[in-house]
Amino acid sequence: MANFETVMGIEVHVELSTKSKIFCGCSARFGDEANAHVCEGCAGMPGTLPTLNRRVVEYAVRAGLALNCEISRFSRFDRKSYFYPDLPASYQVTQLYHPICKNGHLDIVADGKTKRIGINRIHIEEDAGKLVHDDWDDCSLVDYNRCSVPLIEIVSEPDFRSADEVVAYLEKLKATLQYLGVSDCKMQEGSMRADINLSVRPVGSEKFGVRTEMKNMASLKSIARAIAGETRRHIDAIESGETLIQETRRWDDNKGFSFAMRNKENAKDYKYFPDPNLMPVIVEEEYIREIRASLPELPEEKKARYIREFGLPEYDADILTGSRYLVAVFERAADICKNPKEASNWVMTELLKLLNDAQMQPEDMKFSPDSLGTILNMLTEGKINRAVAKKTFAEVFESDVDPVDYVRKNGLMQVSDTGSIEPVIREVLDANRKAVSEYLAGNEKSIQFLIGQSMKALRGKGDPQVVRDLLIKGLDERKG
Amino acid sequence: MIRMTDIHEAPPEPASIGAEQIEYLEQLARIRLSGEEKERTARDLSKILDYIEMLGELDTEGVDPLSHPVTTEPVFREDKAVNDDRRDAMLRNAPEHKDGCFKVPKTVE
Repeated sequence: MANFETVMGIEVHVELSTKSKIFCGCSARFGDEANAHVCEGCAGMPGTLPTLNRRVVEYAVRAGLALNCEISRFSRFDRKSYFYPDLPASYQVTQLYHPICKNGHLDIVADGKTKRIGINRIHIEEDAGKLVHDDWDDCSLVDYNRCSVPLIEIVSEPDFRSADEVVAYLEKLKATLQYLGVSDCKMQEGSMRADINLSVRPVGSEKFGVRTEMKNMASLKSIARAIAGETRRHIDAIESGETLIQETRRWDDNKGFSFAMRNKENAKDYKYFPDPNLMPVIVEEEYIREIRASLPELPEEKKARYIREFGLPEYDADILTGSRYLVAVFERAADICKNPKEASNWVMTELLKLLNDAQMQPEDMKFSPDSLGTILNMLTEGKINRAVAKKTFAEVFESDVDPVDYVRKNGLMQVSDTGSIEPVIREVLDANRKAVSEYLAGNEKSIQFLIGQSMKALRGKGDPQVVRDLLIKGLDERKG
Repeated sequence: MIRMTDIHEAPPEPASIGAEQIEYLEQLARIRLSGEEKERTARDLSKILDYIEMLGELDTEGVDPLSHPVTTEPVFREDKAVNDDRRDAMLRNAPEHKDGCFKVPKTVE
């Protein structure tokens, strides 16, 4: 295989977390009954007039500032016309000519290197409805709940050369937008969607190859597979002298290849023109300053502070700050237990394991933010031992129980008074003469078995240190 | 209704819109025209274009494109979901509906 390089640019659509739609007072909530949030305005009926949701501009400017963009003092809305049943007005309101943000960048770490990815523009637009195909009735059914939900589209420069870079960018973008509170960025619910523009060229060539666009990217894993598959297809075509066509393709993650989308036989002509019903958006310097001042601490700054102030390893700080939801659990726990390192260790090991086992994303966690800190305090105060702490946290994660109640109701308080433990130790030593004699013969490892047996007899609630001390004492007595 | 011929007494040679472009416009507009309609539409559209061409006579050097004829403060709406669920009323506007959805001819991209 000759040396080829893949060149990619990404368009990311992000649904903004507003309460209402962009131009009308319908709720923007996801997951409700079909067409529960539809009025004459977002159903595209003639004679209705749009009024811009103030928060949409605010969120777009927030995103733009966090992504190091220039904010346009003057921006404007255009109509993009096309006929498709998910678009009842037969045009989408977007910002082609004067986007609200331009010329930004985002620094990512991929393949061990820091790289700056250029952001060409961020513009505001409205989402379309959702089509469900009814094969039985040979028709399509349309739900307009999502129609006119506000979006920002973030368009990168063609700066990506590997799937790792693309995934790192999307993860960083997601974390940043979640920190800002402008979107929940749930790929599985479609509130964050990525289109990949990809071309392949021989290494060293300045000219770009023929570009294809892939839509319908539903997860980071499928994006990485799609990039690998599409790159292979381009290289095969170039090497066998086939002609690639500039087209939009859909990646089928189950079959593992992309196929051309049927292009409705006609060329696209969106007939863009300024929307006469919407005023230009003018933002003042003062407004931009206010928003800049209100930006939260972003992942990069937070990571640096965790390393500096809490002495966390870089790797841990990187993982923790990768999601504002992990940050929330960590910071609350560290605040309650006054021990950031311990709190970080619990998030890094126990919480990540629980998330992984449940196949969940951090944003899907449901438990009370105070619970981990409470558990860590019980642990430090010797009220519960480590094994019970883990068990209690798993229970909190699973069903948001109150940790103090849970420990009390299930009688999981740590037993550390010697009066309760000594009789148990005697029984264990009597019942396990083989291990005792092995220990006495110099095999010190046998004590682990005896600790295990003692803890079992104490139903896991024994204070491990006290159990160990009493065991050694009992064994010493039997030495004679 | 004002006819184009009323406005423009002596139009320049109308040659800008041909049969090919009419077919393209038919596709874009999702309409089908008869042969006679095609010819008439081509003629009318050419005249319209010629008429609009008059603007080209103006010297617009150094003039910023106008994006909106009115320049007032932008009007905003606060971010509140105030509309009730009016699904049934909205569906009544559709020629057909099914399972709470607007029903349309099968459309697959």
